[in-house]
Amino acid sequence: MSTHVDSHDHHDDHAHHEDDAPHSTLKGYMTGFFLAVVLTAIPFWLVMGKVIPNAQTLAVVLLVFGAIQIVVHMIYFLHMDTKSQGGWNMLALIFTLVLVVITLSGSIWVMYHLNANMMPGMSHDMSQQVKNLP
Amino acid sequence: MNTPDLVKLIFGRLSLEAIPYHEPILIATFAMVAIGGIAVLTLITRAKLWGYLWSEWFTSIDHKKIGIMYMVLGIVMLLRGFADALMMRAQQAIAFNGNPGFLPPHHYDQIFTAHGVIMIFFVAMPLVTGLMNYVVPLQIGARDVAFPFLNNFSFWMTVSGAMLVMASLFVGEFARTGWLAYPPLSGLVQSPDVGVDYYIWALQVAGVGTTLSGINLIATIVKMRAPGMTMMKMPVFTWTSLCTNVLIVAAFPVLTAVLVLLSLDRYIGTNFFTNDFGGNPMMYVNLIWIWGHPEVYILILPLFGAFSEIVPTYSRKRLFGYASMVYATVVITVLSYLVWLHHFFTMGSGASVNSFFGITTMIISIPTGAKIFNWLFTMYRGRIKFDVPMLWTVGFMVTFVIGGMTGVMLAVPPADFLLHNSLFLIAHFHNVIIGGVVFGVFAAINYWFPKAFGYRLDPFWGKCSFWFWFVGFYVAFMPLYVLGFMGVTRRMNHFEDPSLQIWFQIAAVGAGLIALGIGSFLMQLFVSWKRRDALRDVTGDPWGGRTLEWSTSSPPPVYNFAFTPVVHDLDAWSQMKDHHAERRTEGYLPIHMPSNTGAGIIIAGFAFVLGFAMIWHMFLVAGLAFVGLLVTAIGHTFNYKRDYYIPADVVERTETARTEELAAHV
Repeated sequence: MSTHVDSHDHHDDHAHHEDDAPHSTLKGYMTGFFLAVVLTAIPFWLVMGKVIPNAQTLAVVLLVFGAIQIVVHMIYFLHMDTKSQGGWNMLALIFTLVLVVITLSGSIWVMYHLNANMMPGMSHDMSQQVKNLP
Repeated sequence: MNTPDLVKLIFGRLSLEAIPYHEPILIATFAMVAIGGIAVLTLITRAKLWGYLWSEWFTSIDHKKIGIMYMVLGIVMLLRGFADALMMRAQQAIAFNGNPGFLPPHHYDQIFTAHGVIMIFFVAMPLVTGLMNYVVPLQIGARDVAFPFLNNFSFWMTVSGAMLVMASLFVGEFARTGWLAYPPLSGLVQSPDVGVDYYIWALQVAGVGTTLSGINLIATIVKMRAPGMTMMKMPVFTWTSLCTNVLIVAAFPVLTAVLVLLSLDRYIGTNFFTNDFGGNPMMYVNLIWIWGHPEVYILILPLFGAFSEIVPTYSRKRLFGYASMVYATVVITVLSYLVWLHHFFTMGSGASVNSFFGITTMIISIPTGAKIFNWLFTMYRGRIKFDVPMLWTVGFMVTFVIGGMTGVMLAVPPADFLLHNSLFLIAHFHNVIIGGVVFGVFAAINYWFPKAFGYRLDPFWGKCSFWFWFVGFYVAFMPLYVLGFMGVTRRMNHFEDPSLQIWFQIAAVGAGLIALGIGSFLMQLFVSWKRRDALRDVTGDPWGGRTLEWSTSSPPPVYNFAFTPVVHDLDAWSQMKDHHAERRTEGYLPIHMPSNTGAGIIIAGFAFVLGFAMIWHMFLVAGLAFVGLLVTAIGHTFNYKRDYYIPADVVERTETARTEELAAHV
């Protein structure tokens, strides 16, 4: 057994120097900036120019542009990729996404149910369920 | 500006009316606290200990000292929370047949709210955080946590939150809403007084500390493990601590956000959770349980880790099923986010929602059950030694399984419709929190105490403490299961049906037994201190431990390890002992350590003033406190004298002394 086991986790009390964080270049920042501007300009144009008449479709398209914008920020400004910090960044991102999806979709589902069952004038749903009970 | 305006600007709604001098119970309590407090302060001043306390403890950023201070805070607050419990048990035991008892409803409602808030936030959380703080860096072979100053600051923020709750006892009043302060009851219309504001600010101030300490420990575990300690060679306690802190960082912001929304409702008249103007109180219930369910796993997971250290040590065996233990912990971490609705099955969700959350709740009992079997199989054919930590562990396994089973009963939505909000629920969660968290904390204290102080705890009083707690728990809570089946609801001030009284009287006797258990624990601390020479641990490894914390001296030197250990195997210390690894005794280097700082306690002090001023609408004072807080925080960033070196010859002297001591006692 060797004394030195390979370890990228350096053991040091003053970890001020970033060991494996990729330092972005000017080119990287410019690409990110350019993409961010384009991804902002297109939705702006879509809304101001009334390109998509259907409001619902428009909302979905805007949300998609927003999501792409988030990814651009994460890659070019937060320097995230699958390898940074030994994969811990990616793991944290995936965990966060899982929790956000659970929390948001769960809350929407739960609140929809509560509203459907408990709002005055909408009680047919609950009474229907009661009638269906054995 | 005339005088009333000026007074209002400075004192807000605080006036002499806020002092509850018309309540004899509170006056007596205040007198006792004041006399006791003055006595302690006088003793400290007489012994000239203030300088020592300030420079060695309050400003310390040594994770070991902060861990011990967290434990002290938890134990002190346990006494307060338990006093509330005794008062409730006494009230319910006598308030029958037209007897109103000794607590009027207005006061009683504050007591059950304070009991819940204190026990969860200011007893269980500090005890658990203290254990993790003390043990984790030692287990992974580190010299401190990743952000030592932040650690000190986190601790003092927790203290400030606890002080706010304590202040509510004598200045104004506490919330009368139950421990989660559901609106609309906690809204401005139903609770216009300061009680809910005390609740909000105490939790917000302490919550900052909890979240920061979570970030700190994650960074410590991810970045500062000894070379060779891969994830799957981490001790189980470190694993469960990692998962706990991930839960803290993910869940506590939800609590912070929902309390911010509630404060906006109360302070500036928004309508997030009101009944009118589009508000929806159910959103509060939904959000607070998205935090609340992970919270119960935040409390129990570290103790699962502690049991996983204790069982192998006292069974003289490797832990059975290390990998399954790790996977079970990770599965619990994720699943704990999928079950929150089981806390409000009866509040109007339909069958599909209820069955989904009922099933996820039942699923979460599977990894927990796997852990119980792992501990049992570890004990199987082990050479078990029933020292005090092992007694607590076996007591935990029996009690926790019963609590888990009543939990699965409550997870069945149709059964929950009958049992919800009844004393059955109260019995269930005390069954898992006392049987799991409290028993676990006592097991862990008995197990790691010699590491922290250099002498073992007295086993006789430890056994007294265990048996009083264990029997007391069953006597106190089994009657509540019975009452719950009879349909008695929680939080009742007095009762009409005299046939119920006997059960409450039995429960009160149980609470008395638990009081003896707590007394025995305090006695154990005192007796052990008296007999510390007889109980001295000179080896640093009194139990034949398996993990790295037992490789240092007891108590460990300030730098923990003179040389960073290199890990080759799970149970690193056990493996070193098996291979007769030699202690390195030369070639010491200067050790780089962080310096103490008073910034943490000062910033947290400003946070206390800020919280208190906001509660009483003293907006001028609040603004000043906020400025003070910011200035201190920014000023601290200009403090460049943050570290120092322990010279090599000091390290050498410390280590040589230990070498001689070891040689003298082999």
